[in-house]
Amino acid sequence: MRTLIRNGTAIINGRAEKTNILIEEDLVISTKADPEAKADKIIDADGLYVLPGLVDAHCHLRDPGYEYKEDIISGTRSAARGGFTSIACMPNTNPPVDNAAVVRYIIEKSRKEGCVNVFPIGAITKGLEGNELSEMGFMREAGIVAVSDDGKPVMNSDVMKKALIYAGQFGLPVISHCEDLNLTDNGCMNEGLTSTILGLRGIPSVSEDVMVAREILLSQYTGVPVHIAHVSTKISVELIRQAKKRGIKVTAETCPHYFTLTEEACRDYNTNAKMNPPLRSRDDLEAVIEGLKDGTIDIIATDHAPHHFDEKNVEFEKAANGIVGFETALALSYTELVDKGHLSLSQMIDKLTVNPANMLKIDKGKIERGKPADIILVDFDNEYRVDVSKFASKSKNSPFDGFKVKGRVKTTIVGGNIVYEDI
Amino acid sequence: MKLSSKDFLGLENVSAEEISYILETAKEMKKTVKSSMKKVNYLQGRSVVTLFYENSTRTRVSFELAAKYMGAQAVNVSVASSSVAKGETLIDTGRTLEAMGTDIVIIRHPQAGAPHLLAKNISASVINAGDGMHEHPTQALLDMMTIMEAFGTLSGLKVVIIGDIYHSRVARSNIIGLTKMGAQVNLFAPSTLLPTGIEKLGAKVFTNIYDAVADCDVVMGLRIQLERQKKCLFPSINEYARFFGINPENIRGAKKNALWMHPGPVNRGVEMTSVIIDADNSVINKQVTNGVAVRMALLYLLTGRE
Repeated sequence: MRTLIRNGTAIINGRAEKTNILIEEDLVISTKADPEAKADKIIDADGLYVLPGLVDAHCHLRDPGYEYKEDIISGTRSAARGGFTSIACMPNTNPPVDNAAVVRYIIEKSRKEGCVNVFPIGAITKGLEGNELSEMGFMREAGIVAVSDDGKPVMNSDVMKKALIYAGQFGLPVISHCEDLNLTDNGCMNEGLTSTILGLRGIPSVSEDVMVAREILLSQYTGVPVHIAHVSTKISVELIRQAKKRGIKVTAETCPHYFTLTEEACRDYNTNAKMNPPLRSRDDLEAVIEGLKDGTIDIIATDHAPHHFDEKNVEFEKAANGIVGFETALALSYTELVDKGHLSLSQMIDKLTVNPANMLKIDKGKIERGKPADIILVDFDNEYRVDVSKFASKSKNSPFDGFKVKGRVKTTIVGGNIVYEDI
Repeated sequence: MKLSSKDFLGLENVSAEEISYILETAKEMKKTVKSSMKKVNYLQGRSVVTLFYENSTRTRVSFELAAKYMGAQAVNVSVASSSVAKGETLIDTGRTLEAMGTDIVIIRHPQAGAPHLLAKNISASVINAGDGMHEHPTQALLDMMTIMEAFGTLSGLKVVIIGDIYHSRVARSNIIGLTKMGAQVNLFAPSTLLPTGIEKLGAKVFTNIYDAVADCDVVMGLRIQLERQKKCLFPSINEYARFFGINPENIRGAKKNALWMHPGPVNRGVEMTSVIIDADNSVINKQVTNGVAVRMALLYLLTGRE
């Protein structure tokens, strides 16, 4: 079967160019096809951008163990609706991904029932408890692409140092959730005027900063690269910027909520704005955007974290952390970063495609001849309001319901198959 | 005049006019509290439930008596022996009470925002009787009533609040309420017990107790929870009493006729010495009496909305 995507706009070397792409079975066979070439299926992409499928370095699929929130079927559909064709899922499932058996379960289920490419991330420590190294070697054989205890920090610095050295030997990137739990001290939102007004225990920004500093120093000492997950504070951005200047192999990601919302969104005890790290101050938000602009922050990740309505419709302190991320990430990035003039479209796309692919060392994020056709068609002029009831995710926990955004995914193609179409 | 909301969740969204109106109404109600015939029929046929997830004597009894003096059916739900202990959610408990015909639910809860969650999910009125570190609006009302009785006004007065501001919902409600009514609020606390940005609520933060107290019309102490020392917030009760406790020496700069207040229960000799608590300037017991009066006023005004 041959598919021709014609008259679309691609971004090549930072410039918008007309493109015609020919796909045979699952592979791209030409990126400079004749628009009149014969094909079994012709997709007219006139007025649309034709982009590499997005790559998410950070999501939670909740499978196994929390299928009432999300599973591999609904999670990958949600990803496809958001334009993500390759996603790396975090290991805080039940049981956690700390052994090869669970890795194989996720990979097999994703192949059979998922509609996008799923790359499991294994735990750094057994049971995500921060004490003993998990079997990274066996998990690597089974197919993990990185290790992380995401959701929790590795509090013991010696464990983290050894994890870096050991993971480094297997070529596994180490992704760190930076949070000093002592400084967090049972906080549930950013420490600041809003937490004071709401009478909620604050999580100080320095809780993130001290651990970012620690990871940078451990990376420098061991020579092993480290990736900082969901950067949310001004000081973290500055620490990473300085580390990069000093040649330390650190990479970093942030999420759309950290450049779109501030702690103010928690007003009225809005549990859909509760997440970890918490939404921060206006200063932090601006620093995150600055970090994206100057390349300090390499990656935009979703931190897709679905939760059941009952887990959010409770007292703020009791509510679960996180938001549905796949289905708003591209539109929020475009609206907040490109439309407002902070990033070029090409810069934004890199942070959602090649940069996460490079960090995870997976051969994704580009449209290339001979490679699997993971392609999305996007209408960036399409302005609409986010409607959580339309989410493909099982969960609807998003602070962006009703937000006006620009950028709609029209078609998502994974390995030559159309897995999502906006109709 | 009618209150703008079905619920009374905090002073943040209550106007100065509404506060004055409640305090005026409370003046009338106080006559009933002080009389030998403590019965009016303003709430006859109504049912009021106190739903307390934290221990309390004065606030709970105060609300219950306020409801009963006005002829309402008042029921206490003791959380320890209720279905909450069986894992029922707050919203479900609220809906159950409402299904039984409850008109007003008075809730105290260790978590900030719990009354707001309840109010959003039931149509009965919800009164916040203290939520976590957030607000305790009826305490601030009774404090304001007590101050007004002494000075006739709140506007232009200087009130100093001393103690654990960080954990105090009483302090937050008083800062919000008093500044709305035109008073100046000074704060003094161990710096570990001052919440971030509190000065942006209109209060002045002092690092020295003498400066904080100077020329004040009201000196208000706050309860310190003794277990806080385990959390590294202060080193010992002795040290707390020495540097942050209120005693005759460190408040001598306040006005001669200043009121000495405390929301209770007091740790004698810790946040306040007994000399202060039992002195003529102390209005701690008046505060308690006024507590019943302002709660009567509030119940009356909330049920009179329709």
